[in-house]
Amino acid sequence: MIALRQIGPVTTCVLLLTACGNEDPERLFAASDKHPRPVDLVLTEEGRPDPLVLAEQQVLHRDNGEEPQTLDPHLAEGVPSSHILRDLYEGLTAEAPNGRLIPGAAVRWNISRDGKTYTFYLRRDARWSNGDPVTAEDFVYGFRRSASPATASNYAQVLLPIANAAEVLSGQLPLDQLGVLALEEFTLQISMKDPTPYFLGLLTHSSTYPVHRSSVMQHGSTFTRPGKLVSNGAYLLKDWVVGSHIELLKNDNYWDAENVIIKQVFYYPHTDQSSASKQFRAGKLQWTSEVPHNQFEWLQQHYPDELVISPWMGSYFFGFNLQREPFIESPELRLALAMALDRELLTEKVTQFGERPSYTLVPPDIADYVSPRPEWADWTQQERNAEARSLYAVAGYSDEDPLRIEIRYNTGENNKKMALAVASLWKQVLGVQATLVNEEFKVFLQNREQKVLTQVFRAGWISDYADPYSFLQLFRTGHGRNDYGYSNPLYDTMLDQISSERIPSRRRRLMEEAERVLMEDMPLVPVYTYVTKRLVDQRLKGWDSNVMDHHYSKNMYMLKTYTSASDTTPTQEAGE
Amino acid sequence: MLRHALGRLLGVLPTLLMLITVAFFLMRVAPGGPFDSEKALPPEIEANLNAKYHLDESLAQQYFRYLGQIAVLDFGPSFQYKDWTVNELIAQGFPVSLTVGLLAMTLAFGVGTLLGITAALRQNTGVDYSLMGLAMLGISIPNFVIAPLLILLLAVYAGWLPAGGWDGGFASMVLPVVTLSLPVTAYVARLTRGSMIEVLNSNFIRTARAKGLPEIVVIRRHALKPALLPVISFMGPATAGMISGSVVIERIFSIPGLGSYFVQGALNRDYTLVMGVVVFYGVLIIILNFIVDLIYAWLNPKIRYDEKR
Repeated sequence: MIALRQIGPVTTCVLLLTACGNEDPERLFAASDKHPRPVDLVLTEEGRPDPLVLAEQQVLHRDNGEEPQTLDPHLAEGVPSSHILRDLYEGLTAEAPNGRLIPGAAVRWNISRDGKTYTFYLRRDARWSNGDPVTAEDFVYGFRRSASPATASNYAQVLLPIANAAEVLSGQLPLDQLGVLALEEFTLQISMKDPTPYFLGLLTHSSTYPVHRSSVMQHGSTFTRPGKLVSNGAYLLKDWVVGSHIELLKNDNYWDAENVIIKQVFYYPHTDQSSASKQFRAGKLQWTSEVPHNQFEWLQQHYPDELVISPWMGSYFFGFNLQREPFIESPELRLALAMALDRELLTEKVTQFGERPSYTLVPPDIADYVSPRPEWADWTQQERNAEARSLYAVAGYSDEDPLRIEIRYNTGENNKKMALAVASLWKQVLGVQATLVNEEFKVFLQNREQKVLTQVFRAGWISDYADPYSFLQLFRTGHGRNDYGYSNPLYDTMLDQISSERIPSRRRRLMEEAERVLMEDMPLVPVYTYVTKRLVDQRLKGWDSNVMDHHYSKNMYMLKTYTSASDTTPTQEAGE
Repeated sequence: MLRHALGRLLGVLPTLLMLITVAFFLMRVAPGGPFDSEKALPPEIEANLNAKYHLDESLAQQYFRYLGQIAVLDFGPSFQYKDWTVNELIAQGFPVSLTVGLLAMTLAFGVGTLLGITAALRQNTGVDYSLMGLAMLGISIPNFVIAPLLILLLAVYAGWLPAGGWDGGFASMVLPVVTLSLPVTAYVARLTRGSMIEVLNSNFIRTARAKGLPEIVVIRRHALKPALLPVISFMGPATAGMISGSVVIERIFSIPGLGSYFVQGALNRDYTLVMGVVVFYGVLIIILNFIVDLIYAWLNPKIRYDEKR
């Protein structure tokens, strides 16, 4: 059996005459056995894959990390739910594989000059999975349901830029006062509270999806069950067994159904990453949500083509509690601690998966925005260490009287390694005596919020939309997650200006200035920016890496394996 | 006998009430709430959520509301899995856990007693030593070591069995059932061996042998029943533990059972889910202990209750 299976890869070597000789047999066996190499991708003139290269079975098995909390788009908040909802529903806007915004249920839109009125023209050929047309009324109903206090959505903050949304959410105004109107059957108008340049991006979030009114009315809270759920996206819900799988089938009523190639999608909630990667190796999954954190070298060696790592819209950092000693009045100390971290070392040795060292709050990869890097970011680590030591001395600490602090983090292998490494770097460079405190997530969050026990703590932020404001607002006075106790009236004023500014260049400058102010006050130590890391079957194409990590199954397709295709000559796959 | 059984059943109610009360308040004492996350909730949204799940009421009100619900067997909606009620989640998860648990239990008791008896009969021989050595290994190597090893060997390299997942078919059950049963098999084997040796040295066995009965009859008719008593009393809680689902097995093999709800529920402060699982598990243990008592009485005449002399 084994011998037979190895024929595939062995022939590859003969034909390719590349450096196969150096590869160990395990690698050949592991990578090529259950994941045979695909044929070359041939595109038609319209840029679609040539039917000749497509596999017969267009079934996709995706690992989704966790059981989705809900398939009700207006209650959903977690990543697992949103992956499935993007397949089931379609908002006014959507995303291309590379993350670029494209028309979704709206075919085009106008934005008024003051940036406060959006008019959307819906597709007339859009249909619900039961054949009903998708109308502006469906969207009005969806927005109102999402904002209704009775729905109790915990992600309705996405709607807050819409006029009257906050008042509707708190029950002060009736639902029909929400700034969303159906002008005509296929024309929708949304009025805004502030001009919100990232609003079109927010419209890909499930909180803004339409829902099928009559089925929600009829089934109430059970409308998301298989057989009851009526959706307007490329797929419909076939089956849902909690903890086991969710099965989606292609929605033949979808307006673009002829271009949807994957016919059936399975989502699995593999909470255990090593079991997901074993299922991938056994050929049962084509897509994993993560990879085991401690297996980078092994994966890179055995699955170099399947391992996909790409930047993500998120920052990992440590926060200071500015309401507790020693950080109340100590800019030198905070700066010293920030400088003393060798981020290159931390990302290379601790996180390992190609995370990028960061010196600012906002991650790179946001179009048209460049975070103001502090001057010391361009120094060598030796220079930083020297400066850190003198700042540490200025702050009044020495080897005889070192700083004693607690570093608090929530349970997690990566957090633990990171906290350990940070503590030892601070000790090595400055002589800081740091104690590590590990807490269960909810306990940790509560302690952070109360700001009584915390000194230095792990923090992070992954944004739902590619806009620096999402990161900057975390440090506003009184923000629910401002666990730093940071309060700077100047900074707050700048945030207000940013939210009411409608000229992009001016808004961008304001944001850069705000971030500079923030990084000078240094209520946080940036460490690195997140990456997504997963295993993807080489036969699966039609997707692309993007910083939001949004991947629509409708764009994907499976290629034939080249052993079964005699009409194409195998050549080496071009690098991703 | 019947009176005894009824009395036992009535005694269950205060135990359950106690269990519910302690679990309810312990859950609420834990820091944080179901809606805490690294994302901040605007106050108006938090108020809506609290109102929807009655978390804006006083703790006493919530407690009595919960007791009222339990009385009609309604565990309420899950906070974490918003589309499902706790009743539905248990109804979906329990059959899976029950199947895996019962199969593993059968395997463990069948194989375990057989091994134990074999070892006892060959006491202090190579067979005995190697069997008990294996059993010791089975007890000491944890599930989370054995399971990935078995997956790697039988699923990834050999490709004979699925690497995980659950389709209700035989193939998807083999690995989880075997893994789950291994430590119990080992424990049962050691337990059986010990008690069997004790029984074989007792006077009534000597008498039976002296009467000239063949060894096989001595074992089957006289030694087996008393030797199995300790195994039976171990069986009650062990069965409850196995059919209520194992977190480790469920996570590693991706099985949609009950076990992970308990841990996930507690971590997410999913109050209703944790309470539902606690109550369900409590009732299960009580029932199983009750059944064990009955079997015990049937096996051991010394503790029969309804015998009138």
